[in-house]
Amino acid sequence: MAKIKPSKGAPYARILGVGGYRPTRVVPNEVILEKIDSSDEWIRSRSGIESRHWAGSEETVAAMSVEAAGKAIANAGIDASRVGAVVVSTVSHFAQTPAIATSIADQLGTEKAAAFDISAGCAGFGYGLTLAKGMVVEGSAEYVVVIGVERLSDLTDLEDRATAFLFGDGAGAVVVGPATEPAIGPTVWGSEGDKSDIIKQTVPWDRFHVGDVDELPLDSEGNIKFPAITQEGQAVFRWAVFEMAKVAQQALDAAGITSEDLDVFIPHQANVRIIDSMVKTLKLPEHVTVARDIRTTGNTSAASIPLAMERLLATGEAKSGDTALVIGFGAGLVYAATVVTLP
Amino acid sequence: MAATQEEIVEGLAEIVNEIAGIPVEDVQLDKSFTDDLDVDSLSMVEVVVAAEERFDVKIPDEDVKNLKTVGDATDYILKHQA
Ligand SMILES: CC(C)(COP(=O)(O)OP(=O)(O)OC[C@H]1O[C@@H](n2cnc3c(N)ncnc32)[C@H](O)[C@@H]1OP(=O)(O)O)[C@@H](O)C(=O)NCCC(=O)NCCS
Repeated sequence: MAKIKPSKGAPYARILGVGGYRPTRVVPNEVILEKIDSSDEWIRSRSGIESRHWAGSEETVAAMSVEAAGKAIANAGIDASRVGAVVVSTVSHFAQTPAIATSIADQLGTEKAAAFDISAGCAGFGYGLTLAKGMVVEGSAEYVVVIGVERLSDLTDLEDRATAFLFGDGAGAVVVGPATEPAIGPTVWGSEGDKSDIIKQTVPWDRFHVGDVDELPLDSEGNIKFPAITQEGQAVFRWAVFEMAKVAQQALDAAGITSEDLDVFIPHQANVRIIDSMVKTLKLPEHVTVARDIRTTGNTSAASIPLAMERLLATGEAKSGDTALVIGFGAGLVYAATVVTLP
Repeated sequence: MAATQEEIVEGLAEIVNEIAGIPVEDVQLDKSFTDDLDVDSLSMVEVVVAAEERFDVKIPDEDVKNLKTVGDATDYILKHQA
């Protein structure tokens, strides 16, 4: 039998740079209130959200990704030609084929980097990070760009009180590369497919066949509604506050640290009430900086963690070398948590 | 061992105090969670999750809506505790 040469990777991996892109249009709660019976006070108290960004026609999934990833590559101080793989997590790129990652990899100036999309909802960043770490340590890429990007405004039913105020658009990216010491802990991740119905797309794409249109939902003006994200809010909330605090604790345990060792907590920005509840359950000490980027960003799914990370570093609330717990969770249901050293 | 009505109210009072900051003595059988105790629909989910752990009961989402007062919750727990 022929002997196969093993691949050779780095001893460890770390996040070397982060970048974000927020669309220029800021949408305050007042705009949301034009279509639903609600109030600014209700939205703030139930979700923490004051405003979100909505992408314009030029701010495509690819354009936002290239902006965010370009910044992350510059922040990492490497040349794009050394990027061996580009992983894009999104649920709001509306062509099944080809993956949007290939064109992003090209526009970033990589040299034929491996490129693919993943679908892991609001856990997409953690899933991508885990793949990237594996590639760097295993040796199939020296540097990997992980992008979380969403235009959730395209998937929002503005007449649905339960979700209209929740979602935002944007892109966040990191560069993962070799390290001499561990800087990305073990990932605690998984799925609970028995709850695949509690966050989902209203209407699957194949219902848009000619002939089926009579069964499609209509808006108040009688137009066919584009698919949107719908959820059982209370069930999601319960799962998030109860189960995800446990997963976060498992990630700390897996990394061999306690909350005392933590500098920063960056949970998926789904709802400030979920964040506050997790902080309480985890009994995070006062000194831990908690990301609450949701206030002015809304829920941007896969983009929320890297966007929040970038903002905390930009404002000085967190600094390079800090130890951060990140946890993403959402539609699937899926989740992923790990401890990282900030770039 | 199954909890008595008194123990359940006491336990709920501690939970509501922890989650909404309401003094324990204010948590009485006739009090409405939302109107009297500052427990909104999301805090109610947290109360329910904590009560499930404490009293070893399952309170599904569809039943949570019917638990308007501390008395409603107490009766529910009395009837369903393992
Ligand atoms: C969406 C969410 C804020 C809704 O809150 P909720 O408490 O579950 O809302 P409910 O539908 O139970 O409604 C509670 C009350 O508020 C009212 N309400 C609902 N939506 C409202 C709105 N937009 N504005 C004003 N009132 C509203 C309801 O009518 C109800 O009033 P009632 O008790 O008098 O009947 C909450 O469920 C949530 O954030 N869940 C987690 C979702 C999430 O994070 N998803 C993404 C995961 S990746």
